[in-house]
Amino acid sequence: MQLVINGEARGFELEPGASVAALIAAMGLRPEVVAVEVNGTLVPRSTHDEHALAEGDRVECVTLVGGG
Amino acid sequence: MNDLPELPPSTAQNPCPDTPLVVGNHTFGSRLILGTGKYASFAQMRDALALSGTDCVTVAVRRVDMKEGGESILDYIDRDKYTILPNTAFCFDAETALRTARLARELLGTDLVKLEVLGDKLTLLPDPVDTLESCEVLANDGFTVMVYTSDDPRQAVRLENAGAAAIMPAGSPIGSGQGVLNPNAIRIIQELVSVPVIVDAGVGTASDVTLAMELGVDGVLLNSGVALASEPLRMAVAMRDALTAGRNAYLAGRIPRKLYANASSPEAGVVGQAP
Repeated sequence: MQLVINGEARGFELEPGASVAALIAAMGLRPEVVAVEVNGTLVPRSTHDEHALAEGDRVECVTLVGGG
Repeated sequence: MNDLPELPPSTAQNPCPDTPLVVGNHTFGSRLILGTGKYASFAQMRDALALSGTDCVTVAVRRVDMKEGGESILDYIDRDKYTILPNTAFCFDAETALRTARLARELLGTDLVKLEVLGDKLTLLPDPVDTLESCEVLANDGFTVMVYTSDDPRQAVRLENAGAAAIMPAGSPIGSGQGVLNPNAIRIIQELVSVPVIVDAGVGTASDVTLAMELGVDGVLLNSGVALASEPLRMAVAMRDALTAGRNAYLAGRIPRKLYANASSPEAGVVGQAP
């Protein structure tokens, strides 16, 4: 499935309909340190397992970094 | 040695009781808030935070770097010890700031946000219109908004009316190390608003923190002053001590400034003749 992750087109070995949680795992990220928007809408962590991704979805995936 | 009578024992109690810093529903034991950016390593950051005595630390929200992996800054911040204050740093419009605040709330499960909506990259000064608009939206959405602003007293009042839980005027531009450039404006802000006032940005060295606290502000937020010092850990200690010194000096009540001298020793009984 092709997705746009943080503005960059990327291919994943995931079937359309795969969950946000599956994407986080496929990206090698720790779910507890990321937050996700799909097509501009925040996906609460409690629904990462249910939220199904579609071909071409725009995904923002953020974490925390040092800052003042 | 002459035979002097024994000294009477001191009965002084701890002369420095203080109240905690309270922002919305959050209570902080320290009045110093420290940023987590620009340290040489996460380990150095962790040590600086511990030495500074802070119990509230700021972090930024950024897109994940998929080339990096593994460690998170959260692995180095003990959430039992520190309250994490996510910021919207480097957001240049209200919409981006709101998205960032909501992503941070989802990530951390906190209602706290340090709202920062900037006008341009050169000065990093806050944009007053987008800051005010975002402050109101976030406050109405249940956030405890600690808002970065200029030292404009009227904007501070506007922000309080828009629901800000703390007003955080810049002492001087972010990262400039110029200290508090307009102490009078900071004092006026304190008189005009009833929520805590926390000097945020521009702190270069310990005396800047002391000066800010001597003005009577409720706290100081700083990052670069510690992180970019030649010895960050020593500076963390200096900032902690400076904050305590300034806070106690404010609470103790300084003497008024006078033009002429006022002798500490009595004039009466001096040997010889005074002019």
